Amino acid sequence: MAELCGIVGIGQTKYDAKRIDVSMPGLCREAALRALEDAGLGFADIDAVVVGKAPDTFEGVMLPENYLADALGAVGKPLLRVHTAGSVGGSTANVAMSLVQAGIHDRVLTVAWEKQSESNAMWGLSLSPPFSVSVVAGAGGYFAPLIRKYIARSGAPEDTGIRTALKDRLNAHKNPYAHLQIEGVDFEMIANSPMLWDPIRYLESCPSSDGACAMVLAREQLADDAPNAPAWVHATAMRSEPTQFPGRDAVNPLAGRMAAQDLYKKAGIQDPRREIDCAEIYVPFSWFEAMWMETMGFAPEGEGWKMVYDGATALDGDMPINMSGGVLSSNPIGASGMCRYAEAAMQVRGQAGEHQVDGAKLALGHAYGGGSQYFSLCIVGTEKP
Amino acid sequence: MSDAPEPITSIITPVRLEYDFTAGAAATMFLRGLAQRKIIGARSRPGEPVMVPPRGADPRTAELTLEAVEVSDQGTVVSYSIVRVPSDNIPFELPYVCINVLLDGAGLAFFHVLQECPLDEVRLGMRVKAHWAPDDQLDTSVTSIEYFEPLDEPDVPFEEIREHT
Repeated sequence: MAELCGIVGIGQTKYDAKRIDVSMPGLCREAALRALEDAGLGFADIDAVVVGKAPDTFEGVMLPENYLADALGAVGKPLLRVHTAGSVGGSTANVAMSLVQAGIHDRVLTVAWEKQSESNAMWGLSLSPPFSVSVVAGAGGYFAPLIRKYIARSGAPEDTGIRTALKDRLNAHKNPYAHLQIEGVDFEMIANSPMLWDPIRYLESCPSSDGACAMVLAREQLADDAPNAPAWVHATAMRSEPTQFPGRDAVNPLAGRMAAQDLYKKAGIQDPRREIDCAEIYVPFSWFEAMWMETMGFAPEGEGWKMVYDGATALDGDMPINMSGGVLSSNPIGASGMCRYAEAAMQVRGQAGEHQVDGAKLALGHAYGGGSQYFSLCIVGTEKP
Repeated sequence: MSDAPEPITSIITPVRLEYDFTAGAAATMFLRGLAQRKIIGARSRPGEPVMVPPRGADPRTAELTLEAVEVSDQGTVVSYSIVRVPSDNIPFELPYVCINVLLDGAGLAFFHVLQECPLDEVRLGMRVKAHWAPDDQLDTSVTSIEYFEPLDEPDVPFEEIREHT
């Protein structure tokens, strides 16, 4: 790396089912302006803009980046879009970070978003090529059999998913940006909610949200001078794999394990559970918390569910996960990965308010997408690496 | 202006995207087989896993898979979900059972539906077979297999399907 990269500004919109008060560019601009304000900068200070969102069929708006240059102050500057399905919010930030780390740009604005209310993402996910049957109803339809397989392999108790959902839904009450803040939510309410894609219940699933997340990144010297203390990027990693190949383990994907190993190696981390203070992990369906604990090396294979059961992933546990309420509480798909990174950065900047983990110095952001096949990760810290 | 109608804040405008699908050599072989009640996969050479449906190359190595191999229309349920969520483009009545089925002789599992089986009897490792469309409805399409149905055979032990996803 030629340069250290600091996250000097973070902006999120309020996540909601329908943001009819703003257009897609207006939504992105709202997050961008908040990130710039946090950084004490204006659009004129930005050298390049890197954006990301989920596939265009989710909204039926083709190549929306082509008309965002004005709203994001990118006229006359490089404007680049990243595509990696649901993990895109993470990989978009990784690309933006690499432009600073490589010494190509001094300051980069990165924005990710989704305006799910403008179309039907479930339709966009259920295209019908002639060589496969249309049986998979949305993302839950694809992931439910993987969860079923995880339960059979690990012997996890059937209520593991309910426990994760309850934790994240209670955490969401502490996050003013969260979309779902369900009044009176408790174990019984989640357990009694309708089964959608057995074994996934309604309240174990993410919502459809409108929203955007933005970050301003700066090279070391500029980040040192930022008005609010930056979160320093310690390491990033990305890996992907095809949806199908002989011997593929889609429950604990090789790409996910390789990305985690690469990340820890770059960050000099030997024991991730002990050394990392907290993490924001992409959990769109509750069971994925237990599953990703294993892929990320926080728990041995087959024992991720024990972290949920023991309360290790609670806000006051030894490895707090999704302090913000996570994807289960807000899911502007394309932004969801960047929200994980932004929330991790807020923790090490001491900005997380009611959902702050006391003394968090090192935090991890995680995103995955497609058929559990794209993985983007970062580690951010209060101190320089 | 108290009797003014509510402002219009959004309208629904359906979009369409129609396209011709050029199957290519690998999918042509597979789709022509389905019209004859055959499931044809492909592999790079003997001893290597059979890709069903074939896509022309082994995704692990990018080696061409030029050898056509017919696999059985019977297989094992390696995972499943009971779907209770409606979706416009799915032609099955709710609830239905979505199975991930590994056909005998195949190296990849794929999604289909299981019918003629009570919901509480679906299980990992159960044996199933394809229920083919009647002769006059066979086509160069996956719709030639209407669904899978239970086969009266002992279940495959979990350890044998543990790694298949």
